[in-house]
Amino acid sequence: MNILKKVIPGPLLALLLFCLLPMVSTNLLGQAEAEAPTETEVASEPEEKADYDAMVAGHGEYAFAFDFFVTSMVWTVVAAALVFIMHLGFATLETGLTQSKNTVNILFKNVFIISIGLFTYALVGFNTHYPGSWMIENIIGIGGPIGDLNADGAATFGYGGLGLAMTGYGDFIFQAMFAATAATIVSGSVAERIHLVGFMIFSTILVGLVYPIVGSWHWGGGLLANLGGGDKAFKDFAGSTVVHAFGGFAALAAVMVLGPRKGKYVEGKIKPIPGHNMPLATIGVFLLFLGWFGFNGGSVLSAEPAALGLVVTTTALAAAAGALASILTSYAVLKSPDLSMALNGVLAGLVGITAGADVVSPWSAVIMGAIAGVIVVFSILFFDRIGIDDPVGAVSVHGICGIWGTIAVAIFQFKDTGVDFVSQIIGIVAVCVTAFVISYILAIVLKAVGLWRVSEEEEQVGLDISEHGQEAYPDFGRSSH
Amino acid sequence: MKLITAIIKPFKLEDVKDSLADLNIEGMTVTEVKGFGRQKGHTEIYRGSEYTVDFLPKIQVTIVVADSVVESAVAAIVKAAKTGKIGDGKVFVSPVEEAIRIRTEEKDDSAI
Repeated sequence: MNILKKVIPGPLLALLLFCLLPMVSTNLLGQAEAEAPTETEVASEPEEKADYDAMVAGHGEYAFAFDFFVTSMVWTVVAAALVFIMHLGFATLETGLTQSKNTVNILFKNVFIISIGLFTYALVGFNTHYPGSWMIENIIGIGGPIGDLNADGAATFGYGGLGLAMTGYGDFIFQAMFAATAATIVSGSVAERIHLVGFMIFSTILVGLVYPIVGSWHWGGGLLANLGGGDKAFKDFAGSTVVHAFGGFAALAAVMVLGPRKGKYVEGKIKPIPGHNMPLATIGVFLLFLGWFGFNGGSVLSAEPAALGLVVTTTALAAAAGALASILTSYAVLKSPDLSMALNGVLAGLVGITAGADVVSPWSAVIMGAIAGVIVVFSILFFDRIGIDDPVGAVSVHGICGIWGTIAVAIFQFKDTGVDFVSQIIGIVAVCVTAFVISYILAIVLKAVGLWRVSEEEEQVGLDISEHGQEAYPDFGRSSH
Repeated sequence: MKLITAIIKPFKLEDVKDSLADLNIEGMTVTEVKGFGRQKGHTEIYRGSEYTVDFLPKIQVTIVVADSVVESAVAAIVKAAKTGKIGDGKVFVSPVEEAIRIRTEEKDDSAI
C-alpha cells in the first residue's frame, strides 16, 4: 500500500478522477474528444515517473536492482506471515493432542507466547540477537529497544545488500516471528499440568533473553559464526539447532523438573492419555507445513530465484519423506498406522531439513527427511518408556530431529559447501546444553516458589476450570478420559 | 402396560426405530449411554501403547406399550438390533403402574 501511495499520491489521484469525470460524461453524450485523455496522461505521467525515479534513486548504488529489492522485501514479509501461521499450527496441534479439559489453557498459553515473543523481541531481542556491541566478546551482547529501522539507509540495499535484500523492519518482523517459535515448542511438552504464571515467567525469559543470546552466537556473528576463524563456521540455515533443538531441549528440561501427567504411568506401566481432537491436530500439522515454506523459504533472506526454488523444494520433499518413513516405521514397529506418529513424521522431516535446506539436493532432502521420520518414532517411544511425558512429542520432533538435521548437513552438503562436521557438533552441544541448563535452573527456581506445577486436584479437574474458570466446550459436557 | 428398555448398538437405532414404527408404536425416548457386558470393552492403541476402553457407547431406547403389544415389540427390537456378534445389547421388560399424557390428562393405554 505504501508504495502505491508513493507512486500515486492522494491529491494527484483525486485530481485525476476530477479530470476524468467530465470526460466520462461527455463520452456518454456521444461527444468524445480524442485530445482530453491524452492531455491528462501527459500531465500526470512525468510526475509519477519523477516520484518513482526518486524512489529508485534513493537506493543509491543499488538502484539498478530496485525491482529485485522490492520483490525480496515482499517475499520476506509474506514469509513472516507464514511463520506467524505456524503459531496457529502449534496451537491447534497442541490442543488436539491433549485432553479437552485443558483446551482453554493451551490456547491461552499460545496467545501469550506469540504476543510476549513479539513484544520482547522489539524490546531487547532484536538488538541482542544481532548485537551492536558485545558485553562478553562473541557470547553476550544485550541490546536495547528497536529504534527507527528505516533510518540511515536501512530502507534500501544499504541494510543488507543482495544477500539480505530487505529493509530493517522486514528483517525485524521475520526474525521476531521466529523467536516466538522457540518458546512455543515448550508449551506442548508441559501441557496439562504446568502452572500458568510459572509458564509465563519461564517463556518470557526464554524468548526474551535466552533465545536471542544463543541465536547471536550463530546469526549475530558470535562464537559459532567464528569457529575456525570463520572458515569452519557452524551451518544452520533456518535453525534446526538454533530454533528447534533449542526449544526441544528447553522442553526436555522443563518436563524433567515437571514430572509426568497424573495417570500417565500407573504401577510402572504406560497408560496413554489420548488427545481429544485428531482433526485439530491434523489441521495444526498442515498449518505448520504451510508455515515452513516461510520459515525455510524466508530464510533465503531474499527472493534469489535459484536458492528460493531449491529451499522450498527440499523442504516439501523432506516433509513428505518424513511422513512416509514414520508411517512405515509405526506400521512395522507398532503394528498400527498411528495418525499422531504420521503427523509427527511430517514435522520431523521439516525440522530435519531446516539446517541444510539450501545446500542439499532434492534426493538428499528425501533421505534426510526419511531418516528423521524413522528417528522420531523411536525417539517418542524411548522418551515415553523412560518417563519423560511429552504429550505432543516436541522433545523428539524438535530436539532430536533438530540435532539430526544439523549433523545431516555435514553429510549431505553439496561439494564445496565446506560445512565442517566438528563445527556442527560444537554448535549442537553449545546450543542444546545452554538451552537445557538454563531451562532446568529456571524450572527448579519456579518449582521452589510453587509456580511450576498445579496441584493434583487442579490437574484432575483440568486447567480450564482450575486456572481460568472457563470451559472450551461449555455446551458439550466435559468428559475426562 | 410395560416399560421396554433396550440397550443396542448405536448404528442399529434406525433399524429398531423403523421396525417399531411398523407396529404403530408412536414415540420413544432415546438416550446415549455407555457401558459393558460380557463384551468387556475393547483395546485401542495411541502412540505405541495399548489401553482398554471399558465403557463402550450404546443407545438406550425406552418405550412404554400396552400389554398386548409387548411380545411383538420385543421381538421386533431383537430382530432389528441383532448382528449375531458380541455386544448386541439387552432388552428389559418391566411393569408400569400408571401413565398420563400431560396435554390432555388421558390415562394409561390411551396415554401411550
